[in-house]
Amino acid sequence: MIRIDDLAFSYPGSGFSLRVPDFAVSRGEKVAIIGASGTGKTTLLKLIAGIVTSQHGAIEVDDRAIHRMSDSERRNFRISRIGFVFQELELLDYLNVFDNIVHTYRINHILTLDAEVRRRARALAEDVGLGGKLGRMPRDLSQGERQRAAVCRALLTEPGLLLADEATGNLDPANKLRIVDLLVRAADRRGATLIAVTHDHELLPHFDRVVDFAQFHA
Amino acid sequence: MRHDFYLAWRYLRHHRTRSLILIASLGLLITLPLALHRILDAGEALMTARAKSTPLLVGARGSALDLTLSALYFNAAHPPMIRMADAEQVAATGWAEALPIYSRFRVRGQPLVGVTLDYFDFRQLKPVAGAPLAMLGDCVLGFEAAAKLGLKPGDPLLTTPENLFDLAGIYPLKLHVAGILGRSHTPDDEAVFLDLQTAWVIEGLGHGHTAVTEGGGMTPRIAAVPATNIQVDQTKLLTYTEITPENVGSFHFHGDPATYPITAVIAVPPDQRATTLLRGRYLAPLNSVQIVDPAATTQSLLQNIFRVGALFDGVLLLVGIATLLIVALVFALSLRLRQREIDTIVLLGCSRLTVLRLAAAELVLIAIASSGLCLLLLALVRHQSTELVRHFVIP
Repeated sequence: MIRIDDLAFSYPGSGFSLRVPDFAVSRGEKVAIIGASGTGKTTLLKLIAGIVTSQHGAIEVDDRAIHRMSDSERRNFRISRIGFVFQELELLDYLNVFDNIVHTYRINHILTLDAEVRRRARALAEDVGLGGKLGRMPRDLSQGERQRAAVCRALLTEPGLLLADEATGNLDPANKLRIVDLLVRAADRRGATLIAVTHDHELLPHFDRVVDFAQFHA
Repeated sequence: MRHDFYLAWRYLRHHRTRSLILIASLGLLITLPLALHRILDAGEALMTARAKSTPLLVGARGSALDLTLSALYFNAAHPPMIRMADAEQVAATGWAEALPIYSRFRVRGQPLVGVTLDYFDFRQLKPVAGAPLAMLGDCVLGFEAAAKLGLKPGDPLLTTPENLFDLAGIYPLKLHVAGILGRSHTPDDEAVFLDLQTAWVIEGLGHGHTAVTEGGGMTPRIAAVPATNIQVDQTKLLTYTEITPENVGSFHFHGDPATYPITAVIAVPPDQRATTLLRGRYLAPLNSVQIVDPAATTQSLLQNIFRVGALFDGVLLLVGIATLLIVALVFALSLRLRQREIDTIVLLGCSRLTVLRLAAAELVLIAIASSGLCLLLLALVRHQSTELVRHFVIP
């Protein structure tokens, strides 16, 4: 599913560099990545998602070579195949919960916001306990509810690969477990691969495999 | 594209105060020069039409502009008076019909204009309610004046005393509203018309009172007039403040009517030859009376107004450029403030082109709303153009 070979990346003008000699994740596998701050966990997820590109090495997702794609090809691949829950979740303050969930469909011309997508968005919201709050604005939601809405947004495109970057970082223990459970269930239901960066060691039993980022050169 | 406008609409609606300020600023910026030109055009049309429908004006020597504004627009500037004899002289030449005007007074803010009945024929003014002037003390109201004063035929209208502290001065006269004139879209709509003689009664040149008693008992307040041996009992000499069918017979004028004051004379020559001859008659520099062509006077006034208008346009252009620069700056700063939001939608797969399209959609919506506001304001200006012209264009 995901294969990284001899990857090297650095941000121009900064001292940061990341080297991943070899890393692979099987289809449907749920992997937790742990490690100290600033070691490049988020960067690795961005490289896998094609948001940034490496200077050296190869990244393949579903047998597609991300590193050889053009900008627009990478973007289209990400939109259609990858769901991303960000470290700092960003629901747009001027859109209600429903509009935030379907937002990806409004800003990408390769996706079509039809009745089926709307039905799916409502079903997802219902599933995470936001069914009665679709018309609410983000400011009217709790932190946990906002995170659940962000997860719905990531799941709506039915991605084969789910990337979660500190998705539980700002939540209380109960909500942390709820979000991880939500991500794991969603991945199981769709047979999707899940890679989650986390600092919470009590969440690790939910994953099939834990990768310590210390093994990579940073 | 539909989604772009939906998202832009949601954003502008969420930040409605900021959006409304932006829309109002741009709307006013577009409206101001257009409204100014609309008012100036309407003013030009109104003033030119009025001036062109008035062939010549005879009045006291001095400012031709004051004379024109007073006689045509009944404005508050009063040029020096001429005498009724001057009107008679115009008529006596046989080169023009003479229509005297006396527009010195105002009543509750509306001009009180003394005319002869010929004036109504000349201006094609006909009552839409009530009757024309028939008796001393009658008045007919222009359409707007009737609305502003809230009067209808049969109502009384008390003139304003000229000086509250001058006991020998001009007393208020209770006028009788005989009729309301149809709307003419000219300054006549704002005027209260009365007969010249009624105007002179208000002036104090004519009056009516109870009969003077001859002989009779003396009281301490009786004054003796030895030459005629008429004793006037001032306690019984009541000056009428209202002209009624019962007392109209007692009204009379003192002195020679030819010396009575008027503001101007509208001279209506039948042809160009008569016009030239009549104008030649008033060319002498020592003549205390002048003759002016209202169209030419109005044209020179309009040229000045349009010169000011052009200056205003220039100022507005500079203000407009400054405002657009500020709007551009505000927009650029707002994009910087929205960098997090932009980063988020880029992470969601939005291309830079789509980000620009979303920003453009917001600008288009603001432009549409500003244009809508502009059209609304222009419609208001159009609807009120006559009023605005009277307030801002006609001096």
